[in-house]
Amino acid sequence: MTTATTAPDERLATTSTVSRLLTRPEMGAAVAAIAVMIFFSLNSDRFLTTAGAGVWLESASTFGIMAVAVALLMIGGEFDLSAGVMTGFTALVVGILTTNYGLNIWAAVLIALLLALAVGAFNGYMVMRTGLPSFIITLGTFFILQGIDLAVTKLIIGQVTIQGMTDVPFYDSIQPVFGASFTIAGGTFYVSVLWWLAVTAIATWVLLRTKAGNWIFAVGGAQQSARQVGVPVLKTKIGLFMTTAAAGWLVGMISLFRTSTVQANTGVGQEFIYIICAVVGGCLLTGGYGSAIGAALGALIYGMTFQGITFAQWDTNWLRTFLGAMLLAAVLLNNWVRTRAETSR
Amino acid sequence: MSNDTPKHQSTDTAAPAAPGTPIIEVVDIGKRYGSIIALSDVTTSVKAGEVTCVLGDNGAGKSTFIKILAGAHEHTDGELRVDGKATTFSGPREALEAGIATVYQDLAVVPLMPVWRNFFLGSEPSKGFGPFKHMDVDFMKRTTKSELAAMGIDLRDVDQPIGTLSGGERQCVAIARAVYFGARVLILDEPTAALGVKQSGVVLKYIAKARERGLGVVFITHNPHHAYPVGDRFMLLRRGKSMGDFPKSEMTLDDLTSMMAGGAELESLAHELERTMGTDSAVAQQLKDEVGA
Repeated sequence: MTTATTAPDERLATTSTVSRLLTRPEMGAAVAAIAVMIFFSLNSDRFLTTAGAGVWLESASTFGIMAVAVALLMIGGEFDLSAGVMTGFTALVVGILTTNYGLNIWAAVLIALLLALAVGAFNGYMVMRTGLPSFIITLGTFFILQGIDLAVTKLIIGQVTIQGMTDVPFYDSIQPVFGASFTIAGGTFYVSVLWWLAVTAIATWVLLRTKAGNWIFAVGGAQQSARQVGVPVLKTKIGLFMTTAAAGWLVGMISLFRTSTVQANTGVGQEFIYIICAVVGGCLLTGGYGSAIGAALGALIYGMTFQGITFAQWDTNWLRTFLGAMLLAAVLLNNWVRTRAETSR
Repeated sequence: MSNDTPKHQSTDTAAPAAPGTPIIEVVDIGKRYGSIIALSDVTTSVKAGEVTCVLGDNGAGKSTFIKILAGAHEHTDGELRVDGKATTFSGPREALEAGIATVYQDLAVVPLMPVWRNFFLGSEPSKGFGPFKHMDVDFMKRTTKSELAAMGIDLRDVDQPIGTLSGGERQCVAIARAVYFGARVLILDEPTAALGVKQSGVVLKYIAKARERGLGVVFITHNPHHAYPVGDRFMLLRRGKSMGDFPKSEMTLDDLTSMMAGGAELESLAHELERTMGTDSAVAQQLKDEVGA
């Protein structure tokens, strides 16, 4: 009975595979994603075609990359409200450095990444040193960056939109990395979808199979306990903020090189959508529980709904209402899951 | 901070000392914070395969005493000997390296995480190289299950969140974890304080089990009824001073209870009550019976 194997214990036979699956954090989002897909394919002929799928996958991909990073941070017990504006900030840095100062585009992209990482490290360091809620600290960086985006852009180039990106030397050498597209069976698919899949896969692997993942769950679940057993709490949290900032950079580059332009208010207001996607994907707002796949599914739901409403030719304002309702339903479901997880089976 | 590979069971590498060998000896140890004397003249020993109970009421100096043993505080008077050598710990990590592990009341577990993740938290074993380095999940699950089994806890599923275990079982996971990571001496800070009667019994069973495995145990409690059945040696603290260090052979449960309750003080309280409330007072009578005056 107590042999040292991982063979399932005979007393576990009573819990069926179905009820085990139901306790997975991403299960709610998976069911909801299927429901949304069926719903819109019944309401629009274009929705389930390859052309349609290309459109909603593209829409989901950038939100998905951010939602996965935000989910890791949320599992680690923190928020980052500056995640949305970070996408615009990094793109503006590249745009201004190349079009206005003539810097090499590869160097500009690298500088944008370093700046993003620095802001992320600043967020993490401030949160850990002051002990203040990350909500407040990152609300501060959010507004600081938002102001810089507008004021500095206007100051340097005299307008709020970057133009002439395509004329920058070597633009064509870097554009495919972030903005390439392929036509498969009549549908246009962007490389951002591959980035999204890669980010989700790496995040899932890190969370479930590495030390760092163990530490992320621990610092979000019970920070004091984690510290007592020797988890490097400071390192883990700052690493999470930097990861979120790096994801903001990736999405910034994707939107810059897909559209070859960026506006000074890009990304503002989207931080809440990332948080909604993560929560719909099963992350607890209080930390310590959640999944990267769930967050990716949350973004898929967002992308399908966003484009599905357009395909069905409804008023797109319904999107917000739908998102809010999804969020509330997800929070209720997550609460129930957590109560189950915390009490005896 | 954490090792890549965990130290193997203490039973494999550092063979436990023969039962009865002193691991920790404290001689007239004391701790002063400036002009405040928190602890003075405490003498006792912790031997392999024995349970040393530290008893005392709130504020008696129990926490100061364990903090010295655990390396959280340095002692200012007397001598702390580990394996016969006079030592001063400059930090908890040093105490841990000497094989002295402390299980605090809050247990340092993360309730929402599975048992096996909690068991190895902070010292996860890895395999693979470079960017592909990852936790040896199979080994972790297997070891958690077998280590807990060795402590007498038979878990259905090491994947269940540790929050779903009972308080006693969680205590046991914390103990098993300390043992696995090389502890020779376990310091248990009031492990039964927050538990019901039945759960306390479970924890006492694990304390006995740890003793059987050859560990020295320091069991801090204020309940003589919990201390007596598992203890081999009793050290009583009152107001920062040791009231003596007794082997079990010199102590009965009644002695222990009355010393803990402060027998002499209770007796005078009974007399005082008798005087002020009259000899017929039920309260005074009851107290008098209880202290056997």
